[in-house]
Amino acid sequence: MKDKTLSVSAIQEGTVIDHIPANSLFDVINILKLDKLKSQITFGSNFLSKQLGRKAIVKIEGKFFSAEEINRISLVAPQAKLNIIHDYSVTEKHIVEVPDTIEGIAKCMNPKCITNNENVSTKFKVVDKQNVALKCHYCEKITDRKHLEIL
Amino acid sequence: MKNKSLVSINDFSKEDYLAILETAAEFEKDPVQNILKGYVIATLFFEPSTRTRLSFESAINKLGGRVIGFTDAASSSVKKGESLKDTIITVANYSDLIVMRHPIEGSARYASEVSGVPIVNAGDGANQHPTQCLLDLYSIKKTQGTLENLNIALVGDLKYGRTVHSLLMAMSSFNPTFNFISPPELQMPSAYKSSLDDKGIKYYEHTNLEEALQYADIVYMTRVQKERFSDPMEYEKVKNAYILKNSMLEGTKDNLRILHPLPRVNEIDTDVDSNPKAYYFQQALNGVYTRQAIIAKILGLK
Ligand SMILES: [Zn+2]
Repeated sequence: MKDKTLSVSAIQEGTVIDHIPANSLFDVINILKLDKLKSQITFGSNFLSKQLGRKAIVKIEGKFFSAEEINRISLVAPQAKLNIIHDYSVTEKHIVEVPDTIEGIAKCMNPKCITNNENVSTKFKVVDKQNVALKCHYCEKITDRKHLEIL
Repeated sequence: MKNKSLVSINDFSKEDYLAILETAAEFEKDPVQNILKGYVIATLFFEPSTRTRLSFESAINKLGGRVIGFTDAASSSVKKGESLKDTIITVANYSDLIVMRHPIEGSARYASEVSGVPIVNAGDGANQHPTQCLLDLYSIKKTQGTLENLNIALVGDLKYGRTVHSLLMAMSSFNPTFNFISPPELQMPSAYKSSLDDKGIKYYEHTNLEEALQYADIVYMTRVQKERFSDPMEYEKVKNAYILKNSMLEGTKDNLRILHPLPRVNEIDTDVDSNPKAYYFQQALNGVYTRQAIIAKILGLK
């Protein structure tokens, strides 16, 4: 609890994303395109967490995400929590939600799928939100969490 | 279903299937009609499948339509590296409907999204082959008089068999009882079984072919292929266990009919062919009527 308070208090206006599994940090950066942002961003990783073992935290100054944007990370960080910061204090908390459809984030695990053979972006229906199972809109095969690869 | 593509069996409702089967029955009575006069249908076979292509082309020709297309990717611009998107957009300019077969899964769905004309999927890799499924339904309805409450035995490769999976999903709307007969390595995938559980449909699993034959209204045979086994010894053990012989049909129901998507290798002994319960050649002919109905419905001509 202490380290959380510390990290949160470090930004004035913006968003803190907490409870990211440490090994998903780079996927989160990638999905939210944080590398393209001009804002000040702080990354912390390998904090001990009872829930996740080792977790990561991202703090983004001056940036607020839409629900749609943020739900994209649910595939790799289903327990992530968002703290919205105004004037150094948490004004809102959100949890991420797995959306009904996923477009262009994950790779279809079927090597014979059109999305792996032509320039076609992937599209999935989320058939199991709890365990993350994605049904490909094109080849109709299921990609499960074990085989999930972020593009 | 006018102007709608037929990519997957799940694209059409139970009412749609029944409407297609009804129209197919009309074509069976009167197969030569000039309703496709002036229409151009493209048959794009990115991999060869002579049987399916001839069935479609026969259906189109009997209705007075013209066919353009290619019979395998080697004789087309695809060989020069043209993308599927470009091929489809181009051919859609020249035709009223595109029938396509392609080895890549999901290719037909993608084609339906970029094409200006409806797509009929004639097989996309191991994924879908909806016209086969509809002709199977037609054959079942024709021989049994109904699709409701039937006992259906699916035999052979139930793990990878695309036709049995589509048939299972389509028949699920008609309260069937299934018997699954396969080697242990090629059992029906659990995803299909749980979908039956959800719908409250009864099914039984067997490894012995003869166990379920006496209850069956329909026996749907498929081939057990050697390359599906990780252990060649396993294949050697079971390879002769799923061959249907005429002697096994003793004591089966009078209304039993045996279906097979063809081509057959040896999974149905030739001594079954002369048994009146053998229906697989008639089933292939039904494919022509069913495809006539699908094309006529999609073009809004019936
Ligand atoms: Zn796919």
